[in-house]
Amino acid sequence: MIEVQINGKKHQLDVEPDMPILWVLRDVLGLTGTKYGCGQALCGACTVHLDGRVVRACVTPVSRAAGKSVTTIEGLTAKGDHPLQKAWVDLKVPQCGFCQSGQIMTAAALLKKKPRPTDAEIDQSMAGNLCRCGTYTRIRAAIKRASEEGR
Amino acid sequence: MIAHVTRRGLLSGLGLGLGALTLGLDLSAAPQRSTATVHAAFDPSVFIHVATDNTIQLVCHRSEMGQGIRSTWVYLFADEMDADVETITLVQADGDAAYGDQNTDGSSSIRRRYTELRRFAATARRALLEAAASQWRVKPESLTVKDSMVSHAASKRSATFGELAVAAAKAKLPPPARVTLKEKKDLRYIGKEIPMADAPLFATGKAAYAADVRLDGMLVAVIARPPVLGATLMAVDDSAAKKIPGVKQIVRMPPASEPYAFKPWGGVAVLADNTWAAMRGRAALELTWASSPHGSYDSAAYKQSMAAAVQKPGEERRNKGDAEAALKAASTMVERDYYVPHLLHTPMEPPAATARMVNGGLEVWACTQNPQTATTSAAEAAGVKPEDVVVHVTFLGGAFGRKSKGDFVAEAAFLAKTTGKPVRVQWTREDDIQHDYFNAVSMQRFTAGLDAGGKVTAWRHRTAFPPIASTFSAGADTPSERDLQQGVLDLALAVPNVRAEAVSASAHVRIGWLRSVYNIFHGFGVGSFIDELATAKKQDPRDTWLELIGPARQMSLSDLGIKGLSNYGASLKDHPVDAGRLKGVIERVTAEAKWSQRGPRALGLAAHRSFLAYVATVVSVKKVGSKVAVDEVWVTIDAGTVVNPDRARAQMEGSVIFGMNLALHGGVEFAKGMPTASNFHDLKLLRIGDAPRKIHVTLVDSDRPPSGVGEPGVPPVAPALANAFFALEGKRLRDLPFGRAFGMS
Ligand code: FES
Ligand code: FES
Repeated sequence: MIEVQINGKKHQLDVEPDMPILWVLRDVLGLTGTKYGCGQALCGACTVHLDGRVVRACVTPVSRAAGKSVTTIEGLTAKGDHPLQKAWVDLKVPQCGFCQSGQIMTAAALLKKKPRPTDAEIDQSMAGNLCRCGTYTRIRAAIKRASEEGR
Repeated sequence: MIAHVTRRGLLSGLGLGLGALTLGLDLSAAPQRSTATVHAAFDPSVFIHVATDNTIQLVCHRSEMGQGIRSTWVYLFADEMDADVETITLVQADGDAAYGDQNTDGSSSIRRRYTELRRFAATARRALLEAAASQWRVKPESLTVKDSMVSHAASKRSATFGELAVAAAKAKLPPPARVTLKEKKDLRYIGKEIPMADAPLFATGKAAYAADVRLDGMLVAVIARPPVLGATLMAVDDSAAKKIPGVKQIVRMPPASEPYAFKPWGGVAVLADNTWAAMRGRAALELTWASSPHGSYDSAAYKQSMAAAVQKPGEERRNKGDAEAALKAASTMVERDYYVPHLLHTPMEPPAATARMVNGGLEVWACTQNPQTATTSAAEAAGVKPEDVVVHVTFLGGAFGRKSKGDFVAEAAFLAKTTGKPVRVQWTREDDIQHDYFNAVSMQRFTAGLDAGGKVTAWRHRTAFPPIASTFSAGADTPSERDLQQGVLDLALAVPNVRAEAVSASAHVRIGWLRSVYNIFHGFGVGSFIDELATAKKQDPRDTWLELIGPARQMSLSDLGIKGLSNYGASLKDHPVDAGRLKGVIERVTAEAKWSQRGPRALGLAAHRSFLAYVATVVSVKKVGSKVAVDEVWVTIDAGTVVNPDRARAQMEGSVIFGMNLALHGGVEFAKGMPTASNFHDLKLLRIGDAPRKIHVTLVDSDRPPSGVGEPGVPPVAPALANAFFALEGKRLRDLPFGRAFGMS
């Protein structure tokens, strides 16, 4: 049994310790907001927070989360009203939407660390998150919008 | 035809009841229908269902894959119905022949049906209004409609749509003569800024895609497919795979045979109770494959053979004047070749589909662009009748043409049938890259003759690429007219002697359509070559473009030098090849980019007609350290009437990134019949830091019929980028990809 806190709730998990967090979330717990896009830490679709830090869930074994706390897109806010989520809706960032959970989770960690990131800091922090639909310019704008709201 | 819907079966399938006003729009008699659809007496392709509680259920029979069709759909109907948007729920249609053609492809969801859809909504409004008029015994003209409420000002009476629905359902529908469409000035949503209905779902991770489907007792399958097209399985050792905890079953897939079409590839499926176990199980398989005739496919050798082939004449497909004679008489000749490799779709969501047998029939959930080919593919694979298959369409995590192919759905259907259990087939990223339906590899040769004054007197275009037809008819190696209309036959030129030739090329992989398809390489060739002619003429490229296109005019078939033009299924009357519109977008985009006052900025320009839209793009590049960065991009699109301007702009922004991707990173090369890339470490995709600082989009204001917007933004990007690079560095980039020249790894 591995004990992990997920979105504020304690879970006793009877899974293999080397199973990546991504599959624990998706297949065992049914938290499907975290996406599979590459399985190799190359696309960012699976981004979650482990004790507040960004990790790629597809390559992070669940054993590393033992006794720690995982936050997924479902747990970022109760009502979906994080400044980033609001900015994402206002600026109509998503196209297909598939990459956007990961984008928002990475951006949320960035804003926590740097409430007012520069363009270069945004580009650097978000470099691990691919968007095949090409929403990058709106992602930049939405992060700025959210950072202004937090002011 | 618009009619009351009484087919209980269809309605109950969508969870809708009768007892209120339900209208269906029959598109079955319309042109461009897929021949596979069943012709019933009445095929309601679109539904409006007004319930007595004053809610409206609207059926959307097209797939949502990032283009925003679901929002556009709601607001388009709300506008012409004068309905309260808040009361409308969108119901995603299952795959059903009754909906007519559901294929979300060819940038067609709005462009093919715009007037019919509006007329349909207006008929519903009129039916409700007439119901009120007859109840109150007043003239219909004395009534007004707003926010789902019909009112009679003089008597201060009003009734909601819900209150009128039953009466409207009983009455005869108003004939077309009594139904009028709103004038442009009265439109409330069409062409205006509207909210994106699904954005909150995407921002909270709640949108359900194909891989998010979970059924009781479901197994997850990951399949080892042949590494080379046509390789068959010789031996399987699955002893190690079976030992992986969670692995439940191992199933041999039926071998594929030519033509490969939408058939599964064969191989071995590992079924497990979670995705990770299935992936590990597959990795543990020991498989021996027989060789395949395609096992020697090698991109470098193939490129050489295409380069040799375009040196010789091909089959004549377009001819005006006498290009050969004019080339001989020319005082200068310019000849250039352009190469574009196989390109990939790589939607962010890899293909996935879930299937289960229910009472001898099959129920499927899939991220499909085309629920009808998904239905037929699934039926064939599971050996059931198509009418016993229901396909539920999930959200699509990107598609770009990949998900209109039914192969992954067929795999799920076969496994559900074979195991008797619900099965989700999950493609890994490696599967997606290595077993794509690749866009055709191509070589283009352009030859132009200039007279002593620098005027272009002859234009010859040779195009070589293995056509998509090869996927459906083994050995097909010559493009059809429908292939060549994409930027070869419909190119407006004011050159007296024009000739286009098709050079045959055979396929060694499954060729498929990718966002804007053959326009990608035709647009790259044409757009680059015109810039090279500007250099030869010592002219500003913008002026060369305008000179070659010539005066504003609609091109006749004889002006073009062709016998016919399939024109993306549209009539030439509604959508002529319009040199004026092509010129128009070039003039507009260069004005927006301040082309004439560019100073030290390095700018590149290209323009292209596709999917009946006209797009011109200007790219600005600059040196940043050892790299060349794309600074700003300007796009002007003339797409006729634009229903949802924000989503049209989003499509242009996405197209810029898509076009930069294919220009800078390309797709895949093949060695020994296999793609040389497998995941995003060796298949590079553009990241946020490579995106332009700004993308400026201009939508030309127009009352013309709508054209496509999902694809036409792509073709001008690569040539505009190459031309900008030439402006900066004085070096031509004729082979894609050219990221290395930009300092990308
Ligand atoms: S799925 Fe984890 S980074 Fe791509
Ligand atoms: S919105 Fe489709 S991949 Fe980012």
